[in-house]
Amino acid sequence: MSAISELNSLTKRKGPATAEEKKANGRDNKAAYIFLLPWLVGLVAITIGPMLMSLYLSFTDYNLLQPPEWTGLDNFIRMFSDARLHNSLRVTFTYVFVGVPLQLAVALVIALVLDKGLRGLPFYRSVFYLPSLLGGSVAVAILWKQIFGTTGLVNQVLAMFGVQGPGWISDPSTALGSIILLHVWTFGAPMIIFLAGLRQIPVMYYEAARVDGAGTLQQFWRITLPMLSPIIFFNLVLQIIGSFQSFTQAFIVSGGNGGPSDSTMFFTLYLYQKGFGQFDMGYASAMAWFLLVIIGVFTAINFIAAKYWVFYDD
Amino acid sequence: MTTKLETLPTPDKKSAGNGKPTNHRKPTRARESRGTLAFSRAARTKALIKHAILILAGGLMIYPLLWMVVSSLRPNELIFREPGLWLSTLEMSNYTDGWSALTHPFGHYMLNSAIVVVGSILGNLISCSMAAYAFARLQFTGKKLFFGIMLLTIMLPFHVVIVPQYILFSQIGWVNTFWPLLVPKLLATDAFFVFLMVQFIRGIPKDLDEAARIDGAGHPRIFLRVILPLMVPALATTTIFTFIWTWNDFFGALIYLTDPDMFTVPVALRAFVDSQSATSWGSLFAMSIVSLLPVFLVFLFGQRFLIKGIATTGIK
Repeated sequence: MSAISELNSLTKRKGPATAEEKKANGRDNKAAYIFLLPWLVGLVAITIGPMLMSLYLSFTDYNLLQPPEWTGLDNFIRMFSDARLHNSLRVTFTYVFVGVPLQLAVALVIALVLDKGLRGLPFYRSVFYLPSLLGGSVAVAILWKQIFGTTGLVNQVLAMFGVQGPGWISDPSTALGSIILLHVWTFGAPMIIFLAGLRQIPVMYYEAARVDGAGTLQQFWRITLPMLSPIIFFNLVLQIIGSFQSFTQAFIVSGGNGGPSDSTMFFTLYLYQKGFGQFDMGYASAMAWFLLVIIGVFTAINFIAAKYWVFYDD
Repeated sequence: MTTKLETLPTPDKKSAGNGKPTNHRKPTRARESRGTLAFSRAARTKALIKHAILILAGGLMIYPLLWMVVSSLRPNELIFREPGLWLSTLEMSNYTDGWSALTHPFGHYMLNSAIVVVGSILGNLISCSMAAYAFARLQFTGKKLFFGIMLLTIMLPFHVVIVPQYILFSQIGWVNTFWPLLVPKLLATDAFFVFLMVQFIRGIPKDLDEAARIDGAGHPRIFLRVILPLMVPALATTTIFTFIWTWNDFFGALIYLTDPDMFTVPVALRAFVDSQSATSWGSLFAMSIVSLLPVFLVFLFGQRFLIKGIATTGIK
């Protein structure tokens, strides 16, 4: 059971406490809070405290040296007219809404090909999974920078066919595309979740459908896709949340400036520049809360839309 | 379960309904046996096509990595015009040059990373398992609320806390120390692992706890002597994921470690990229490979736990 379905069931389950729960209630309080102590301290000092603090800072002008100065909604008004911020939103949205569906589609296709007792499955699975472990590293971002450079691997291969390729990462129209490709390249993790999900679908469903004369395509649309929809949903939610926060690849590939001409200036990169480049901590905090709201809204939309397409088999 | 199947088109039902089952069944069986013969041949072709697709796709995915390994063993100028994997000469100078290209030998940064990794693993193992025990086995006021908050923090973007965290740690004087990277782990802020362990502990039979309790064991003892030994697979998964994520962690190190003495591998590599003109890809590749090697080894030996961890809790 995933974190998401846990959350769902937490909000749903409101029945009376079971006898066992009642009997045990209150008995372990002291022990429980001792066991929870590190987590509770972390929750207050590392998570909730800083969250509230950054909410406060988002209404201030703060550069680390002078004490924060209350400026009301100034930071948010500034965000409205900040063209670079709007651009960074556009870049991030493109990355998320092209990269995530593309990555999940590839993950699903490969998982479907891998499913059902193909020989050498563990080997293939490892090969496809490896990039998703390495993809977040600086080293792979460096590799990407070379591969999609003017004299990089891609253009060397193209030259063998007599094609003179552009400098993919130095051209503003293709730079973001090469970073999206890096994201798609790391499809291994969702693929493994899909594989696990595919294995959960009872074989008898397919057997029954075959007896009834359903073709491969029909089986896919009528059985595989509906049965897999909770897992697709799960992957979608997590990948969207994660991709909005993507940072390292764009930072390394662009040399830290989001270039060329801001074409890879992710929202998080801009936030980093504002906060830790210019020490405009108030503005950076406002941006961080804006990011939280964006992610929250899209996650909520996802959950609402799920009612119409996610199918639960119970 | 059966209700859904009934909504599928079912031609057999119609034939069963027309009252001539014996008449109908014989030709069906004949068609079936002919079908299985054809099916096995078709299945073999299908498997062949699948293998072809997978080898092609897998090769394409892995090729850049292989090419990086081969290129790191080539003289620099060949990297710009040799897309193949054939090695005519073996050039080790990229490795020796890269190793000593920065203020410190590269081993220094590896050691820094290793310290952070080991500290993070210990922190996660201790703090997350304790929290997980409470959530999975103990009854206490506010349990549902806290559990819900814990699940939500898994999805919280870290940018919302990074600015005040930085202010906090810089006021304590912890910038350019490893503490800002380690203390959050000691405080179980990687809630994902708490969740993973809760899931695992729920699968351990409660009879074992009860037996220990009847023998007079308190919670610390049950936790240490009964639960911990049984949750080794979950601890292994946590160890491996923490290793890989911490080893690759760039953002935290970028913010908190600005002194080259304290650089971990990712920030050292970044400094390397920035300091080099585009002509020294060879040594950059060499150090990139050195930096990926530990992750690759962990992947080789810990794959089982990685795949299980992902498949059961579903986070990369």
